[in-house]
Amino acid sequence: MSTYSAPLKDMRFAIEELAGLSEVAALPGHGEVNAELVEAVLGEAGKFAQEVLDPLNREGDRQGARLSDGAVTAPKGFKEAYRQFVEAGWNGLGGEPEYGGQGLPHLIATPVQEIWKSANMALCLAPMLTSGVLEALRAHASPEQLKTYAGKLTSGVWTGTMNLTEPQAGSDLSAVRTRAVREGGHYRIQGTKIFITWGEHDLSENIIHLVLARTPDAPEGVKGISLFIVPKFLPKPDGTPGERNDVKCVSIEHKLGIRGSPTCVLAYGDRKGAIGHLVGEENRGLEYMFTMMNHARLAVGVEGVAAGERAYQHALEYARTRVQGREIGQRGGDRVTIIHHPDVRRMLMSMRAQTEAMRALAYFAAATLDKARRHPDPAEKRRNQSLLDLLTPVVKGWCTEQGVEVASTGIQVHGGMGFIEETGATQYLRDARITTIYEGTTGIQANDLVGRKVALEKGATANAMIGAMRALEPTLASAGETYLRDGLKESVDGLEAATHWIVRTHAGDPRAVAGVAVPYLKLFGTVAGGWMMARAALIAHEKRKQPDADRDFLDAKLATARFFAEHELPKALPLAREVTRGADSVLALAPEKF
Amino acid sequence: MKVLVTVKRVIDPYVKVRVKPDGSGVETANVKMTMNPFCEIAMEQAVRMKEAGVVTEIVAVSIGAQQCQETLRTAMAMGADRGILVETDVEVQPLAVAKVMKAIAAKESPRLVIMGKQAIDDDSNQSGQMLAALLGWPQAAFISKLEVSGDSAEVTREIDGGLEKLTIRLPAVVTTDLRLNEPRYVTLPNIMKAKKKPLEVVKPDALGVDVTPRLTTLKMQEPAKRGAGVKVADVKELVAKLRNEAKVI
Ligand SMILES: Cc1cc2nc3c(=O)[nH]c(=O)nc-3n(C[C@H](O)[C@H](O)[C@H](O)COP(=O)(O)OP(=O)(O)OC[C@H]3O[C@@H](n4cnc5c(N)ncnc54)[C@H](O)[C@@H]3O)c2cc1C
Repeated sequence: MSTYSAPLKDMRFAIEELAGLSEVAALPGHGEVNAELVEAVLGEAGKFAQEVLDPLNREGDRQGARLSDGAVTAPKGFKEAYRQFVEAGWNGLGGEPEYGGQGLPHLIATPVQEIWKSANMALCLAPMLTSGVLEALRAHASPEQLKTYAGKLTSGVWTGTMNLTEPQAGSDLSAVRTRAVREGGHYRIQGTKIFITWGEHDLSENIIHLVLARTPDAPEGVKGISLFIVPKFLPKPDGTPGERNDVKCVSIEHKLGIRGSPTCVLAYGDRKGAIGHLVGEENRGLEYMFTMMNHARLAVGVEGVAAGERAYQHALEYARTRVQGREIGQRGGDRVTIIHHPDVRRMLMSMRAQTEAMRALAYFAAATLDKARRHPDPAEKRRNQSLLDLLTPVVKGWCTEQGVEVASTGIQVHGGMGFIEETGATQYLRDARITTIYEGTTGIQANDLVGRKVALEKGATANAMIGAMRALEPTLASAGETYLRDGLKESVDGLEAATHWIVRTHAGDPRAVAGVAVPYLKLFGTVAGGWMMARAALIAHEKRKQPDADRDFLDAKLATARFFAEHELPKALPLAREVTRGADSVLALAPEKF
Repeated sequence: MKVLVTVKRVIDPYVKVRVKPDGSGVETANVKMTMNPFCEIAMEQAVRMKEAGVVTEIVAVSIGAQQCQETLRTAMAMGADRGILVETDVEVQPLAVAKVMKAIAAKESPRLVIMGKQAIDDDSNQSGQMLAALLGWPQAAFISKLEVSGDSAEVTREIDGGLEKLTIRLPAVVTTDLRLNEPRYVTLPNIMKAKKKPLEVVKPDALGVDVTPRLTTLKMQEPAKRGAGVKVADVKELVAKLRNEAKVI
């Protein structure tokens, strides 16, 4: 069994060199941010993850959460670990200083999220959801609501949940049916929510549910949904948890992965209706949810990076110890560890290269989010917002799809032992598998990408990004990185052609575009990942010239970037062809002909 | 009362240590470094004593390269009030550490110096004892318990035969063993606060100490690889091998 060790060097490289720490540190309110702080925070987070969270991961998967009499018990050790997590102040990392948070930028919060998710994804979904709730409240709740909830959610003494999904309303939230009826200063909520992560548990003294519901006279569809705060225990005037609200966990799911986290069916209003408090105005709930969408979707994208990293570390350890066969091309030599076999090396390189590319893109998006929030120049702020809007579905969709692939390769590296539960490699794949589904499936991300993010603005932001990629070509050539240059150029050509096709086709034939939206998303991710790796290679070239350079790390970065150029980037061309020529066959069979 | 705590920057215990190709030492460049675990225990002890109201000020001291500032920041995040870096790029050997600490003790006048019993890099286990000798102060090495009352301290030492209880007069030097305590995790707010705590940098010269190494490392090499095992036919053969070949019984 391997022990998780946070990949601090690569994280710092991605933060400082690729995402641009200095630009984020220069934003108003981030005066304290610098490389030393990053090192201290990541170092301590890595230690906590390694010593407290990672050791519970496997047992959490084996035991799962348990439900009895409406009460959910987390796997053994989770409650204590969560208490330590809160006590060490980790929950408040990105929170507003006003409510006791540290106010650190997303560029630091995102790598720390990666560390938590690599070490123990199931447990660390709880704080992720809490920060999602805080994000929504911060933007739309009243000052009194913030006073009641923000402090406790920032510290983590209370946790939060997102209640969107109902049996008939998953990807399409306009079908939400949960009812909210006004009663004096509050509302009475009645209905059933399903698949609610950490919807009930014993980690925290209170649980704050954010619930989408309809008021009786609300218009049909997306414009008739409101957002409510429904606490498990109604806070007393002094702020402590009081009376039990009318919300109950009626069952928890048996599932493929993230078994340490309870996935709950929550029944609201079995008795008189649960007491809920409206956030903002009626009928604007979905709109409010969308404001925190970038944040939540990036957080799930990071789960893909985290899964890839954990699976890689696990596979690498096995490859270094498993002895099998002899070095190819040598007769009668010693038996060797499997890392000596070229194909095992190829698998490890692909895991490593994909994970590093994903990490770079995810952190780049995090820095873009920071700039979109805080940049003092309105034009820069807008530019970063458009870039973020474009990158969000790509990070969410691509990093999670890649994360699953990397975790699957991790099993392959192990051979037969990989298929056996005791080895531990299966859990990383099973846990990763949800990431392409929740917070909007890959299909939904891809629709968002081709529709709202590319076609609607006639490819403007996408083409600006393509321009930035092309600008690297001469520098790559003069650095002697011709393979990288050629690989990038070819794939960018493909992306550009596919983007033109999307923009051109969308107005007249949106069904055709939707049929190849996922290949376009994968194409976009692959090329953007290649762009990051090409930038990484150029920076590595420069840094190698310094006398105290970490040559081992930089040489490995160059090797990984070249591997990406030669093994991952070539996948872009067939994807581009799939987009521009593949739409017809997708819809060739009518539903009734299947 | 004031305490001095020493914190050494060492290779992270989770890192696989490699010998430099030229055999001059172990590779430390670009390797993950951390606070020596025994120094962490020393820090934790000081912080607990401060929380208990016995200690009023904790000063953390590190001797070594500029990067030791990070180790001092960790010490301050654990609870040290300020840090002193005695900056030098030469390899610091136990006697040099003891001399530097003597000079700092003269400036700071602590009632107690808490040190790790050894550093996990060179495992010397000498600095604390040498410092006590140079200062002419009582010493208690390998402590697993420490209770200060008035002008003295009750300590329990871990010795070969079991536990030894002593009462020592203060000021004194103590060195920590593993069972003294379990160091806490650094909290995020304290990491942030540590950035603002004072950190003084001095050179050994300014303290009037010559830290030039007096011992020369001739060669560093990896331990020999373990050979393959053999299967024995029965217990008799095993006993014979243990007696005649391994010579352990
Ligand atoms: C373990 C787990 C935890 C979860 N946690 C939460 C939570 O905490 N809170 C919460 O509210 N929800 C949660 N969910 C629900 C999750 O967000 C939904 O399952 C997800 O959004 C998909 O909805 P659905 O299951 O109804 O699938 P459907 O919407 O029925 O989708 C089925 C298939 O159809 C495709 N599809 C649907 N519509 C379209 C379209 N317009 N275009 C193209 N393809 C389409 C989808 O991509 C998918 O392949 C969780 C789910 C699971 C399994």
